[in-house]
Amino acid sequence: MRLAGLLFALALPAIAAEVPLSERRSGYDLMRPETRAMQDDDAANPAMLWVMEGATLWNAKPDAGSRACADCHGDARVSMRGVTARYPAFDAAAGHPIDVEQRINLCRTTQQHAPGFAFESRQLLAISAYVARQSRGVPIEANGDPRSQPFLAAGREQFQRRRGQLDLACSQCHDDNWGRHLGGAVIPQALPTGYPIYRLEWQALGSLQRRLRGCISGVRSEPYDYGAQELVNLELYLMWRARGMMVESPAVRP
Amino acid sequence: MASALINVPSSARRGEIIQIKALISHVMETGYRRTSLGAVIARDILRLFVCSYNGQEVFRAQIHPAIAANPYFAFNTIATESGTLVFTWTGDNGFSATESVAIKVE
Repeated sequence: MRLAGLLFALALPAIAAEVPLSERRSGYDLMRPETRAMQDDDAANPAMLWVMEGATLWNAKPDAGSRACADCHGDARVSMRGVTARYPAFDAAAGHPIDVEQRINLCRTTQQHAPGFAFESRQLLAISAYVARQSRGVPIEANGDPRSQPFLAAGREQFQRRRGQLDLACSQCHDDNWGRHLGGAVIPQALPTGYPIYRLEWQALGSLQRRLRGCISGVRSEPYDYGAQELVNLELYLMWRARGMMVESPAVRP
Repeated sequence: MASALINVPSSARRGEIIQIKALISHVMETGYRRTSLGAVIARDILRLFVCSYNGQEVFRAQIHPAIAANPYFAFNTIATESGTLVFTWTGDNGFSATESVAIKVE
C-alpha cells in the first residue's frame, strides 16, 4: 500500500512553481563577464552584422515593381520600436498568434508579393534582428488579448508536460533547477529577453524557435517543425514569463 | 557576402593612443568537421588580417582554424596624423575583403 502510494507520487506530472517575479534574472545575469562585454559593445557583438544586413533589406525592394519595408513603415527606428516586445501577437486573419518572423513573412507575401523567407535563413534573421534591435530597452508586454489566452494556456501546458526519452518537462530545468549546472552550462530561467540571439555555441544568429527545437531534441523528443503552432504557443508563454523585463535584442548567449 | 563592423574614433588628438575594433562576417570552417555521412567539410578560414595607417602597417595577425566564426580584433595604435586606416582580410578560396575608415587628427 505504501509502495503503491510512492509509485503514485512518482507518476504525478511535474507541477512546478513558476519563478517568482522578484527572482527573475535575464540569461545576461548568468553569463560570464567576457560574454556580457560582447553583448554590451555593439562593435564587438557579432549579431550587429545581421542587424546591418537587415537595415539594407529594410530599404530594398524585393523586385522592381514592389514596395520595400520602408515604403510603408518608414523609419524602422520609429515604427518598429516596441514591436518585438509585444510579439507573438494575435493575427485575426490567421485566427491564432504569430511570431515576428511569421509577421515579416506575412508582410512579404501579402504586401510585397514576394515569396516568404525560409525559417532561419540569413535574410529572415537579418530583418527580425533589425526589427528587434529597435525594441532594445523596451519592457516586454504581457499579451493581454483575450483571443490569445487559450494559446497562452496551451504554451504553459506544453512547458510543464514531460516529454521525450528523458521524460523531462521544460519546467523541471528552468523553474525547478535554474542557476544550477547542466554539464558545464548554467541553466537559465527560460526568459527570452534577447532574441534573435548570437549564440556562441552556434557561432551564428538564431531564432527562439531554433533554441526551442534544440532544447526539445536535447530531451530526446521529436522537435516540432519550424512555424508549428506548438512552438509559437511556447514563445507566447515564454514572453509572458518575461513580461516587464527589458528587451536586450540582439543578445549574445553562451 | 563580406561585411565588416569597424569602430575607429572619428577624431583624436595627435599622439593619443586610440583603440580600433574590427569584426568581420566569416564562417571560419575549420576543415576538421565532417558531415553526417562522414565526408570532410573543406576548410574555409581567414588566414591574414592587416591594418595599415596611411600606408604604414600597424597591425597584422595570422589566423588559424581555432579562431571562432566572425573574427573580432581589438588593438591600439597612436594617432599620428589625419588620414585613412585600411583593413584587409584574406583567406581560403580566394577570399579578400578591404574596408577603409577615415580619421581626423588635430
